[in-house]
Amino acid sequence: MVNEMTSTQDRTSIQAKTGKDVDRVDGRLKVTGEACYAVEFPLEGIAHGYLIQSTIAKGRIKAIATSKAEQLPGVLAILTHENAPKLNSLEGGNFMSGHPGEKLLPLQSDRIYFDGQHIGIVVAETYEQARLAASLVEVRYEIEEPICDLEEALKKSEKYDAGEKLQPSRGDLESGLQQASVIVEETYTTPLEHHNPMETSATTAEWQDDELTVYDSTQWVMGTRSMLARGLGLPEDKVRVISHFVGGGFGCKGYFWTHPLLAAIAARKVNRPVRLMLTRQQMFSACGHRPRTIQKVTLGADDKGKLTAIRHLTDTETSFVGDHAEPCGKTTVFLYACPNLEVKHTIARVNTGTPTPMRGPGETSGTYALESAMDELAYKAGIDPVEFRIINHADRHPQSHKPWSSKHLIECYRHAADTFGWQNRNPRPGSMRDGSDLIGWGMASATYPAYRFPASAKAQILANGRVVVSSATHDLGTGTYTIMTQIAADTLGLPIERVKFELGDTKLPHALVSGGSSTASSVSPAVRSACEAASLKLIELAIADLESPLYNYAAEQITTEQGRIFVAESPDIGETYQEVLQRHNLPFVEAEVSPQDKRARYQSIAARTKPGVVEDEGADSEQFAFHSFGAHFVEVRINPRRNQVKVSRIVGAFDVGRILNQKTARSQIYGGTIFGLGMALMEETLLDPHSGRLIIHNLADYHVPVQADMPEIEVIFVEKPDYHFNPLGARGIGEISTTGVSAAIANAVYHATGKRVRDLPITPDKLL
Amino acid sequence: MKHFTYERAGDRATAMTQVAKNPLAKFIAGGTNFMDMWKEGVETPEHLVDIRKLGREIKVTDDGGLRIDASTTNSQVAYHPQVRDRYPVLSEAILAGASPQLRNMATTGGNLMQRNRCSYFHDVSFACNKRDPNSGCPAIEGINRMHAIFGTSDRCIAAHPSDMCVALAALGAVVQTRKPNGETRNIDFADFHLLPGDTPEIETALEHGELIEAVEIPSLPWAKRSHYLKVRDRHSYAYALVSAAVALEIEGDKIVNARVAMGGVGTKPWRSMAAELALVGAVANEENFTAAAEAALQGAQPYRYNAFKIDLAKSTLVQALLTLNSEE
Repeated sequence: MVNEMTSTQDRTSIQAKTGKDVDRVDGRLKVTGEACYAVEFPLEGIAHGYLIQSTIAKGRIKAIATSKAEQLPGVLAILTHENAPKLNSLEGGNFMSGHPGEKLLPLQSDRIYFDGQHIGIVVAETYEQARLAASLVEVRYEIEEPICDLEEALKKSEKYDAGEKLQPSRGDLESGLQQASVIVEETYTTPLEHHNPMETSATTAEWQDDELTVYDSTQWVMGTRSMLARGLGLPEDKVRVISHFVGGGFGCKGYFWTHPLLAAIAARKVNRPVRLMLTRQQMFSACGHRPRTIQKVTLGADDKGKLTAIRHLTDTETSFVGDHAEPCGKTTVFLYACPNLEVKHTIARVNTGTPTPMRGPGETSGTYALESAMDELAYKAGIDPVEFRIINHADRHPQSHKPWSSKHLIECYRHAADTFGWQNRNPRPGSMRDGSDLIGWGMASATYPAYRFPASAKAQILANGRVVVSSATHDLGTGTYTIMTQIAADTLGLPIERVKFELGDTKLPHALVSGGSSTASSVSPAVRSACEAASLKLIELAIADLESPLYNYAAEQITTEQGRIFVAESPDIGETYQEVLQRHNLPFVEAEVSPQDKRARYQSIAARTKPGVVEDEGADSEQFAFHSFGAHFVEVRINPRRNQVKVSRIVGAFDVGRILNQKTARSQIYGGTIFGLGMALMEETLLDPHSGRLIIHNLADYHVPVQADMPEIEVIFVEKPDYHFNPLGARGIGEISTTGVSAAIANAVYHATGKRVRDLPITPDKLL
Repeated sequence: MKHFTYERAGDRATAMTQVAKNPLAKFIAGGTNFMDMWKEGVETPEHLVDIRKLGREIKVTDDGGLRIDASTTNSQVAYHPQVRDRYPVLSEAILAGASPQLRNMATTGGNLMQRNRCSYFHDVSFACNKRDPNSGCPAIEGINRMHAIFGTSDRCIAAHPSDMCVALAALGAVVQTRKPNGETRNIDFADFHLLPGDTPEIETALEHGELIEAVEIPSLPWAKRSHYLKVRDRHSYAYALVSAAVALEIEGDKIVNARVAMGGVGTKPWRSMAAELALVGAVANEENFTAAAEAALQGAQPYRYNAFKIDLAKSTLVQALLTLNSEE
């Protein structure tokens, strides 16, 4: 019943701005170029770094000659494995303290494990000088035969054992298959993909005596600080990390990659601040990717369309120097009710850089396979794909049997289907046309877990009536600045303009990685609590003050709105924040809130975490299963001679709890949907089959969707606040809309053409 | 990326003298293709002479054709009323390539000199016979999905990347050039780009220091009925998997004149005389278009990852011809 109360309180005090179409508070800074990104801090005496990367996929460096490069004008230093300082191991990091992208430390040996491995850094007076010098460093290699092909690696290469959590099962699969009257068994493959945020990864490092300040494009300032301190052998309080703006991350700036370490040692070497921005080409090996997958899915259903068996076997890859892999079957465990299930992951090591989470890691690749197979089975069983999913709806978590904290997936199906006009669909493939264009309608479910991590925040009410709220979280372009400002403004009853939210600085109260769609759900409650605590301090000052009109009232009788504190039942009795603070001659009152028993809780959570299995904080995961759900409905148009798929329309409905800002939330869904469209139709990084080297490493050859590829996108939010999850009722929204898109498009392509493409991306050659 | 010196030429004669006297000097106009390759270390000139401001007119010639100066921008040509009305295939081809920003910079002469998009060519740490004669061609046994199926050799299989040139090949344009000694010549479009053969490093008929002055398109009144169709991996800003430039003159239901060229399939813009022969004299219908497409793809030599181009080129050609046939 606690939740009921929270909900009532919400309606009275939190409705003013939260949830509304508030414009981005940082929008003006961004469009005028005033927003300062990692390489834009104007530091005195800055020098420029440029990375040298390996051009073989496996072997060792026989010789590295830097003398020609060193003689160039402007060159200050060149660091390679021959002269770089020793760095400390990053192993032992975890999801609470900081997480290395891979365990390989740069410039510590002559070994090469993948193409594009950092093997040196040049520092010069200008960027151009550094780049020219880097091109003149001569490297001789001893080349060894790399393992780069996934199928070959599955047969021959070392395997990574990710543990029991990635091999769940229930019931008896074989008997489930025997009960089935229809069975689908197909293999689906997804290629290697890259995040390609607009802003490439970048660091500026500056030493002052033994203190290091790093301006970094990161989704995790605290993690970057901890990894830098560990790598350099410094106490954490000697390292400060600042990340005020991030030009997109999508996962590739979440874990710690080693270029900030290189910038730091280079800055120490030349005794000047060093600016290091990765080139687009370097991004393809330096900060992770979505690994290739081969997924065999077997589904069986009885004559009523009830699933009797689900098997999802994923073969995927990781590097020789890391262990992230794509847990494709994670979603399969709970998306549908089915008593018999087997999920397995086999992970082989290959000579590429290390994979890393990329928008919906596991969920996105996994739902492509599962939701394609569901469509295939629906056709085989002669049941409408939407109806088929409703028949198999999981009313409880089918593995843990816990109730969902809040689930409205069936509403998502129905609402999106109605808006889309699904009832007019002729299910026969190739039956719908517009002139010579084939029309295809397909759909798929979307889902993403709801994560909530420990977070702290501080609120200061200033004597000038303004409020500053802060937390060491991040805004990846998602809208964090805006929604936190809204929540603070509503909690304190202030207009948006009087609230400033600060983030992205390790000097601020602790927050964790902005990954796993967790920022809004984790930081919002802390921001609200901090604002409540600060206003309570102010109220306590007033009620103890003879000169205040509120003297001797009880704190519970007092409320706040429009920058005033006043008696709830007699709004005339009250005063402004400024009046209280000025009378007490105080510059501000402030309050900081942290999760209770923070340290103990972090440690207990850290001990339980495995890749992709982070426990929730502050939400009772013993009692409930926390997940978001949704559905995509897609229309494609295909000229049967051109074979180019045009997605003309997408309607998506999402059950993500309460929406904190309609505008930024809608933009998140647009972005995630387009991300999925890219995956479905065009994104693919290729390796040369002989050398194992990346042959796609620029934005001309790595296709991401452009304006001409954009469909009309309609977003529906089934707004059901989830108060079991957090006091604001809001679950995360960053990743869910990417899941399911590629399957919905592939299913629409099948409906249009009768061709089932089981290998992404769906390029014209695959429709011939 | 080697540093270079740069000057902007005030007139053609100076520009040519400056380039002619240094074997490592080059002309630059829009630079849209050059700058990428310079950053990749593929282009390493010592000196660049900017000719962007020289010759930017489009004029009707005495015999009714169109003379397009070398430094006209792609946008200028694509949106020119004479080009849009009389040679839609050219306008459509230009607009099917690159992006508005690039088309505002890129020039006609520069587009004729556009170099290929082979990933191995663009990465100097791979062997490439074009960059480094006799070093080898990893594309032949490598990832060659985007590569050519016509005009290849055992030295090079890179596809020619230009859209504009496919239209110019179909239209039978003439490239007007001037040599450093002042001599001018007219090069038939078919002879301007060279097949790789044993010397893939030599890509055009130009001598060092020879300057493209203009491209002349013959009058060809029936090219009013012409069309460019491009199939690619995304709907804009992507190189052609295959493309078709077609023009038809139809009297009654009979084809009396035809032009067919294809992009994305050849090591140079690929005009198909065989398809044109098949079309001329035939009734304009799907069956004959299909026969012409079959003729056009005769002799194609696919590699491991690009065999799909044969069927895709056929269907693209048929679609382009059908579109044209349905026009009034």
